[in-house]
Amino acid sequence: MIQMEQHIERDETMEHLVDKARSLVENLESGNLYDTHKLLGDIYAARERKLYEEVGKLTRGLHDALMDFHIDAGIGEEAQEEISKISDASDRLGYVIKMTDDAANLTMDKVDEAVPIADEIRSTSKDLNEDWKRFKRRELTPEEFRNLYQRVGDYLDGTEVRAERMQNSLNDILMAQGYQDLTGQVIKRVITLVKEVENSLVELVRMASSVEKIAGINAETGDSVEPQEVALAGPNVHGEKNVTVVSGQDEVDDLLSSLGF
Amino acid sequence: MKILIVDDFSTMRRIIKNLLRDLGFTNTDEADDGLTGLPMLQKGNYDFLVTDWNMPGMTGLDLLKAVRADERLKNLPILMVTAEAKREQIIEAAQAGVSGYVVKPFTAATLKEKIEKIFERIAA
Repeated sequence: MIQMEQHIERDETMEHLVDKARSLVENLESGNLYDTHKLLGDIYAARERKLYEEVGKLTRGLHDALMDFHIDAGIGEEAQEEISKISDASDRLGYVIKMTDDAANLTMDKVDEAVPIADEIRSTSKDLNEDWKRFKRRELTPEEFRNLYQRVGDYLDGTEVRAERMQNSLNDILMAQGYQDLTGQVIKRVITLVKEVENSLVELVRMASSVEKIAGINAETGDSVEPQEVALAGPNVHGEKNVTVVSGQDEVDDLLSSLGF
Repeated sequence: MKILIVDDFSTMRRIIKNLLRDLGFTNTDEADDGLTGLPMLQKGNYDFLVTDWNMPGMTGLDLLKAVRADERLKNLPILMVTAEAKREQIIEAAQAGVSGYVVKPFTAATLKEKIEKIFERIAA
């Protein structure tokens, strides 16, 4: 849609220029210097106006994109208040780091709580099992049996409490995964903004070149600058698509063993 | 066995610390980049270094090079645990003298296997 409008507008500009040029030629041939200069001025002014219009449009577009990003959080009610405080993309990404950090730490706290409980259950079961086997082989004295009887009762009571505590930990771990939803939404918003800004910049380059063409300016064809390679590539987000990148530990091991490791 | 864990993300340090604890290594310290890690190594009598690569201040690769260049530390076994997965990077780390390379995300089994392999090689 936007592209179509651009073409129509440009055609109008061209028609306008052609009209002016015709009058210019007519005035030149009839030796009317006053109108000739006036027409040249008009043509020049039209060219400048067009440039300002295009740049103005683009500035507005960029501004709107940034404003939209700021205002329209579009996240669930609960998070709305939290999000509305976030005023720019880096804050948003900072929020993602915080959310993932909190979730990771909460999960590890809960694991730290649950692991000793499982250990307790295992070691108590092991002790009881040894005496239980002796009981089945009828090796227990009456005194030992009374002791075992008591311990089994304690174990059953204790296990009920422990299982409940483990269940709570597991539920908390489950709930902590909610960060994925919230951070995912924030990241999607940032991706959308980046794409909008990219499109706007591409459009600016396109407009600039078309204005240059209309204005008859020769764009300097300097050496195209190679994007500077980032020193560190970070996590392999593209999976196996890229042959310069290993897709997992197996390939790391293969590569290292080929180097004599 | 005294181990230093260097990573700029505290959660990753904690994960590695927990995995090491499960493997029976309870004497661990943490640093958040090479700049804080290197002085600890120079003073601390560490037996093993686990480091990330991409960190602010001083990267894991620079830390690796600094350790290999230090007369007293040069034989310290170093395991790199990093998200850097480019072949040329792995080769660079190998050339700089890394003892093992684990790419994130990793499993407890992988970390265990690499650590054991490093100690086997030292013992051999």
